[in-house]
Amino acid sequence: MKKIDWFQLVNTVFIFLFALMCTLPILLVLIVSFSDEQSILQNGYSFFPDRFSLEAYRSVFASNEQLLQSYAVSIGVTLIGTLAAVTITGMAGYTLANRQVRYRNPIALFFFITMLFNAGLVPWYMMNDLLGFKNNLLALIIPTLIFSPFNLFLVRNFMQELPDALLESARMDGASDAYIAFRIVFPLSMPVLATVALFYGLGYWNNWFNAIMLVDKESLYPLQYLLYKMQSEINMINQMQGVAISNTLAPTESFKMAVAIITIGPIVLLYPFLQRFIIKGLVIGAVKG
Amino acid sequence: MGRAKPERTKRYTIFTDIRKNPVSYLLVLPAMLYTFIFGYMTLPYMVIAFQRFNYAKGIFDSEWVGFKNFEFFFQSTAATMVTWNTIKLNLLSIAFGTVVALLFAILLNEVRSHVFKRVSQSTLLFPHFLSWIIVSYIVYSLFATEHGLINNLLQTFGFDPHNWYSDPKPWTWILVALSVWKETGMSAVIYLAAITAIDDSLYEAAKIDGASRWQQIKSITLPMLMPTVSILTLLAIGKIFYSDFGMIYAIIGDNGMLYSTTDVIDTYTFRTLRTSGNPSIAMAIGMYQSVVGFVLVLTANWAVKKFNRDSAIF
Repeated sequence: MKKIDWFQLVNTVFIFLFALMCTLPILLVLIVSFSDEQSILQNGYSFFPDRFSLEAYRSVFASNEQLLQSYAVSIGVTLIGTLAAVTITGMAGYTLANRQVRYRNPIALFFFITMLFNAGLVPWYMMNDLLGFKNNLLALIIPTLIFSPFNLFLVRNFMQELPDALLESARMDGASDAYIAFRIVFPLSMPVLATVALFYGLGYWNNWFNAIMLVDKESLYPLQYLLYKMQSEINMINQMQGVAISNTLAPTESFKMAVAIITIGPIVLLYPFLQRFIIKGLVIGAVKG
Repeated sequence: MGRAKPERTKRYTIFTDIRKNPVSYLLVLPAMLYTFIFGYMTLPYMVIAFQRFNYAKGIFDSEWVGFKNFEFFFQSTAATMVTWNTIKLNLLSIAFGTVVALLFAILLNEVRSHVFKRVSQSTLLFPHFLSWIIVSYIVYSLFATEHGLINNLLQTFGFDPHNWYSDPKPWTWILVALSVWKETGMSAVIYLAAITAIDDSLYEAAKIDGASRWQQIKSITLPMLMPTVSILTLLAIGKIFYSDFGMIYAIIGDNGMLYSTTDVIDTYTFRTLRTSGNPSIAMAIGMYQSVVGFVLVLTANWAVKKFNRDSAIF
């Protein structure tokens, strides 16, 4: 018995240490955002600042129109994008899972090929240029994220597992394809649709690639891109001037970290749901391959 | 469904199918349209790798230059550097990522307390949900020359602070550590799912034979996990020519001092397109990546098939 206790103890300590490593860096950002600017300048980033201050958050909320604007862009893009993406994916999943459709496998192959071979960045950019997805909200919503074959196959696999007898009896009762899709299959597929929604939602919330490629109007900056801009401008100033004379120009250290924390905020709030669903989704995906 | 009678031998084509299932075809249409535009219609643009592309003239009238753009890239010193960096960063991340995730999946599986298991699993998974931009802020707060935590600690213990953002050497390992840090929780969950699928009777039999915890892990859990591990590893190796652009660009950005160890094919292509504004050379590099990448994916899949028929993706 004693031996097993040792194993458990070491095991627990090990996991605890790694969990700590996963949290401490984020905690550092949080603490810095609540630190007094002077104590950061004197002592650097620290888990134990001399003084705490709410100044950073006050200035974030008081003065920064750009930030509010970006927040609005991020929320809007995430909501609209996720809704559109889930709808498209769910509908296509229904067709690929529908045994009445004889050509469903060639159609699946049509989607699958794009997962294997990708023309790359340049054609992607030119296509968006051609379609006019530049400097508008669509540039943040449609390219790269509105639909992913991986999620489609996840949805299809789930829908295929629904009991055949159920759909068969609905058909016998004269239910149309549309009725079966919208009244029977979609409601029953809520778990997988929610999982996919979270994948898409997280993708939209964390996306800044579309912004860096296709957007240079400040009013369209999503939050992540605003954060990126803030940091890269500071780096540029630092590289040019060498030392920290730039403190008057650049946003303060605590201000930056406050914005980072505000960007993580919604994820933390949704985390319990996110995590549960995504684990479920992953397990579905992993078992089915 | 009755078999078609000989006198009505109208061929069953896709049009017959569409007429029979109009709603289904309507439902799949948006996704197909999207895939057609962003997946298939982009392919013709690849020809600009063989042109001196001119935005004003477009894809049909630009001047053809044969393999010049490829020559230009392969003769530059950057070609070997970015290729090597891409492969090196990927191999290290795959190796360390797999070992660490496997370790924690097994450790988590051995945890008795439900509460501790749930809480620690949630904690390990959390970094996965952060964007690389946020991670770059974390990296900055740790490594910044002026105020960074690590330099603070170095100074506290009497060492000289280090100018991290101008020394390329440690960044290979910093980037590998970050990708392990961010993705361990996710991979561990996948492995944990595979462990849960192992037949319980194996463990019971082992226990009756007096096998210790450690012996059970060594002789049951690990061998039973090997198929999943090999498949995921092979698939990752298939993607070795691609890197996480978001990660590298968020953390390194345009810091030229770190390129020698951190510049990868994706970031190099990006800069060729955006900063030097030469889409043809960028396309040539992208094509090199796509073609080698495609061959690698096919090879990896072939290897998976050899190894375990059911697990191949196609």
